[in-house]
Amino acid sequence: MSTHLELATSQLLEINSISQSSVENMINSMLSKKIDQADLYFQNIYSENWTLEDGKVKDGSFSINKGVGVRAVSGEKTGFAFSDDIVLPVLEEAVTTAKNITKNNQDKLVKLAWNKINTKEVYKPINPLVLIDSNKKIELLHDIYELAKQDPKVTRVDASLNGSYEIVLIATHEGSWHADIRPLVRINVSVIAEENGRKERASSGYGGRYSYEHFKGNNIIEEIVNDALSQVNTNLHSVGAPAGKMPVVLGSGWPGVLLHEAVGHGLEGDFIRKKTSVFSNMLGQKIAASGVTVIDNGTLPNRRGSLNIDDEGTVTQETVLIENGYLKNFMLDKMNARILGMSPTGNARRENYAYLPMPRMTNTYMAEGDYEPEEIIKSVKKGIYAKNFGGGQVDITSGKFVFSLCQAYLIEDGKVTAPIKGATLIGNGADALKKVEMIGNDLALDNGIGICGKDGQNIPVGVGQPTIKLSEMIVGGTE
Amino acid sequence: MTKNHKQNIDMISNIIGDPIVPQLIDLTKYSMEKILAKGASDAEVSTGLYSGVCINSRLKKLENVEYNKEKGITVTAYFGNKKGTASTTDINKKSVDDTINAACNIAKMVYEDIYSGLAPTELMAFNYPDLDLYHPWEISVNYLIERAIECESYALDLDDRVTNSEGVSVSTSQSYNIYSNTNGFLGHYPSSKHRTSCILVAGEDTNMQRDYYYTVSRDLRSLESSVEVAKKAVKKTVQRLKPQKLTTRKSPIIFHADIASSLFGCVISAISGSNQYKKSSFLHNTIGLQVLPSWLTMQEKPHLKRGLGSHPFDAEGVMTREKYFIENGIVKNYVLDSYTARRLSLETTGNASGINNLYINNQDISFPDLLSKMNAGLLVTELLGHGINIVTGDYSQGAVGFWVENGEIKYPVDEITIAGNLHDMLSNIISISNDADHRKNILVGSTLVEEMTIAGH
Repeated sequence: MSTHLELATSQLLEINSISQSSVENMINSMLSKKIDQADLYFQNIYSENWTLEDGKVKDGSFSINKGVGVRAVSGEKTGFAFSDDIVLPVLEEAVTTAKNITKNNQDKLVKLAWNKINTKEVYKPINPLVLIDSNKKIELLHDIYELAKQDPKVTRVDASLNGSYEIVLIATHEGSWHADIRPLVRINVSVIAEENGRKERASSGYGGRYSYEHFKGNNIIEEIVNDALSQVNTNLHSVGAPAGKMPVVLGSGWPGVLLHEAVGHGLEGDFIRKKTSVFSNMLGQKIAASGVTVIDNGTLPNRRGSLNIDDEGTVTQETVLIENGYLKNFMLDKMNARILGMSPTGNARRENYAYLPMPRMTNTYMAEGDYEPEEIIKSVKKGIYAKNFGGGQVDITSGKFVFSLCQAYLIEDGKVTAPIKGATLIGNGADALKKVEMIGNDLALDNGIGICGKDGQNIPVGVGQPTIKLSEMIVGGTE
Repeated sequence: MTKNHKQNIDMISNIIGDPIVPQLIDLTKYSMEKILAKGASDAEVSTGLYSGVCINSRLKKLENVEYNKEKGITVTAYFGNKKGTASTTDINKKSVDDTINAACNIAKMVYEDIYSGLAPTELMAFNYPDLDLYHPWEISVNYLIERAIECESYALDLDDRVTNSEGVSVSTSQSYNIYSNTNGFLGHYPSSKHRTSCILVAGEDTNMQRDYYYTVSRDLRSLESSVEVAKKAVKKTVQRLKPQKLTTRKSPIIFHADIASSLFGCVISAISGSNQYKKSSFLHNTIGLQVLPSWLTMQEKPHLKRGLGSHPFDAEGVMTREKYFIENGIVKNYVLDSYTARRLSLETTGNASGINNLYINNQDISFPDLLSKMNAGLLVTELLGHGINIVTGDYSQGAVGFWVENGEIKYPVDEITIAGNLHDMLSNIISISNDADHRKNILVGSTLVEEMTIAGH
């Protein structure tokens, strides 16, 4: 697939009259005994957004974001500069600035043998923005509206469609060139419904690394509208959530946010190196119940959290983080892997060229077990069943994490009963997964809507899990 | 690390003299003309330049030096009531032309929106004030590095219980904002912001706690010293060690000044034009109604000199002005831009860029007196999660804080949630102390709420 590299080189270098050899010379000029790592990260991002309100698409926007980030790493020190002009003099200035992290002059002459590294293709290198007409994009949103307003309780429908097309070209100190072409699309619906003086809002969405065409013909419009309507109708009849410690059954799919918050962030290599994560000294130890296996996998075809290569050019992989309850691996970028004496895992990610890469998750999920979901619910005398979630958050140092319910029910004597209002659940990452008592046979990944924020950088991610039961969690209701 | 200040090799340059600024102003004029030439009835263009340096030290050593320089242009084309928007970070003529074409093409694709358009000409800030927002820090990068290491060294050596650090960050940045529209408005002004933050870890293994302190200012002279920042970060971090569990109960709650702004941020969101016209607010249609205690006011002061939230005009060129959103507990104004104002048949309040320095009054009592007033209850110092529903007012958040008895802080607590409904929480605010957090855009002291549900063990 030389097409990735050819396209990226033509779109990011040739168009700006920059030769490959001049970039190679810049990398060479950055290298010295004191520099462990250096890279130039060129990127073009084209994105668009269409929104529907009052039954009509009345708003649209388009943006171009292009630039280059230059980085030099010496030990644990990083020098970083970026520019939104891809022109030679500005680039040379950025290189000088970044390498100033070490005050030494170049002490060895470096002549790297440059290689072009091709990679697998976990999604097609397409540009979703131009593949279909704007008319058809608008039609998709109208289809959502028509379907959602069929429920007479619905008083308001908002919908949006967004897509981006990203071209990335990376030159590294290893003397290698890497490229990736990343499409990403997403469709969202939000409804407000009213009944007997009560009002609730719910939303649903779907997305991945493919064309908008994917939303047609796969019943996706129907799926997200039905999901939003199901949530909103449940919540219109909800009672106050209970307060206190109780057993919790978490549904399959998006509730995998639990893993992302409870253990995912705490296993990112920067926190491990700095020993600020509660898991820093726990490699090889049992941190979860037997049967719990948690995986981060950037290679799942067409998934929102997937990448062909990470933002340092490392090929993405499947990394078993927790195997049968034991902590096996961390998620690592090149710098943290080097300092920890480990290998990078393809988890270096950055929001764009203007930010430094960090170890981040891709698609993080729990492997499935043997239980039927019904059996799991039947085993609970008094607790809650959390079918769908909103977002979550974690303090990786104390290990405390939260996530919020957006569609949940009471379980009484093994049966799902009254729907309950949204509430926050809180737990402790170091022992939350030790409380996993039953794991379902229904592993599902989320619908491709996750956004993860860390140090002000937002990136697309995926989560997933089968239905699971935790023996206890604190439910933050009012009753 | 060299200590020679005179070296100045990495001196941070002033944005005012940057040749890109006049280039961006010319580009603004060019873009407006070009959009009109394409048949648009109106146009607006905003551009800006941002430049800054951020230093991170960790464990007394330099960790990162980040140089930022960003620019961009956003154009909006109106063809009658049809609107399209496009932006680019690449400001060469071809990219800008492509961006203008994209905006015009979108405007031709979308449906009419009778509420869309520029803000009214008579509200434009043709004589906008100078708010004294620009105080560049003329300093070398080496000095910033020394300052970061000094702050962190002080923090790490002050208290044995501090075992680790997520680092100290010292940053200085400058922005130049330019906005123009076909009402004949062109406004532009520079601003600066300087910041020092310190994040520390105390304790070990599964008994670690992290906390932080930061100082931020337009003007170096009002930035707290490195030593002050270090001291406060140490105090906040070590006092969280060995948290205890609470049982589930109902209790009075104090939202500490560090986080009380989030409570009033909910009010702003609920009275925002967008949530009002979408009828998606627990305070829908409350203008003229009492929603907070009768002693409470929320007043916006956008023209404060050197204010962190100050703006001479908003994102539509409308003159920002002093006003009450809440006066004597009663909703006086919604938070509006011209679009949401038209949807509600009102006039814009000049809040297209959000709120600008929102002052919430206090009852002139100190924080210790507020603790005494509560007597027994929970002092919340940190909130976690996204459990706030603006449509219904249902509120449920993870919390960290301290248990208070006899008006005194007894011990830290964590792994709890606090829950209630914003309607009740807001109308049952008992008191606010005079310890407002001046680093925030919403300036409010610690806030005592009569009762919420705590879920715990």
